[in-house]
Amino acid sequence: MVTSVTSFGRNGLSDWLIQRFSAVVLATYTAFIVIYLVAHPGLTYQEWSGLHSQLWMRIFTLIVLLSNVAHGWIGLWGVLTDYATDRLMGAIALPIRMFSMALYLLVALAFIIWGVQILWGVN
Amino acid sequence: MKKNRPVNLNLSTVQFPITAIVSILHRISGMILLPGVLLLLWMLDMSLASQASFDTLSEWLGNPLLKVALWAILAALAYHFVAGIRHIIMDLGFAESFESGKLTAYISLVCTAILVLLAGVWVW
Ligand code: HEM
Repeated sequence: MVTSVTSFGRNGLSDWLIQRFSAVVLATYTAFIVIYLVAHPGLTYQEWSGLHSQLWMRIFTLIVLLSNVAHGWIGLWGVLTDYATDRLMGAIALPIRMFSMALYLLVALAFIIWGVQILWGVN
Repeated sequence: MKKNRPVNLNLSTVQFPITAIVSILHRISGMILLPGVLLLLWMLDMSLASQASFDTLSEWLGNPLLKVALWAILAALAYHFVAGIRHIIMDLGFAESFESGKLTAYISLVCTAILVLLAGVWVW
């Protein structure tokens, strides 16, 4: 059995919901950026940085980055607890899961800090 | 060994239904996106840091290697996007039977193919 203490929201239902909400946020942002890029062929730095220097865009993008981190955490956890299990891998499974999640957490923290620095560095 | 010995389960007759393939591809595309979004964030950084880095990025995007990498990530994103929306539609209780599941699986594949083509046109 795989214990669930490493799940994102500490229980399956809230993880399931967070993954759906974050998916909607990610999908909205993806659609928004695609439409924006299609609507602005030959995009200039002025237009692009002008978009990102607005407060709403900074907040929107930051929410997207946070959603992405949560979504990926739950996704990775689901994949690991399906394949990196005692039954499939034996005793190495637990260290693999712990290492992967720890690595993810580190990269995710850097991802957020980097993102904040990008967004609030635009002038 | 006797040639005509009975076969209990002939594996060559077992096929994944299209719905299973759509599902595992969603998982694989999600795993590709985990490192993939790092490249996208790096591109966002380059594009916003200054006019000079914006120009450097568009110059670098002429590199075929970077083009292929970007296209692969956009393809994974397109697939994950379409199949993810299909997944949520089913979570909401629509199109849950095997028949309609097969239909939406095909629709997802066609939509993704179109998006991936368009992404390729945009990258090149
Ligand atoms: C673009 C909008 C996106 C949508 C609509 C979306 C949708 C979904 C949904 C509904 C699931 C749940 C699948 C399940 O429970 O079996 C999921 C899983 C997952 N997503 Fe996303 N997602 C999006 C973006 C992303 C991004 C950007 C990443 C990567 C950073 C990502 C990584 C994953 C991973 C790793 C899983 C787990 C796969 C699995 O368990 O089979 N997703 N996604």
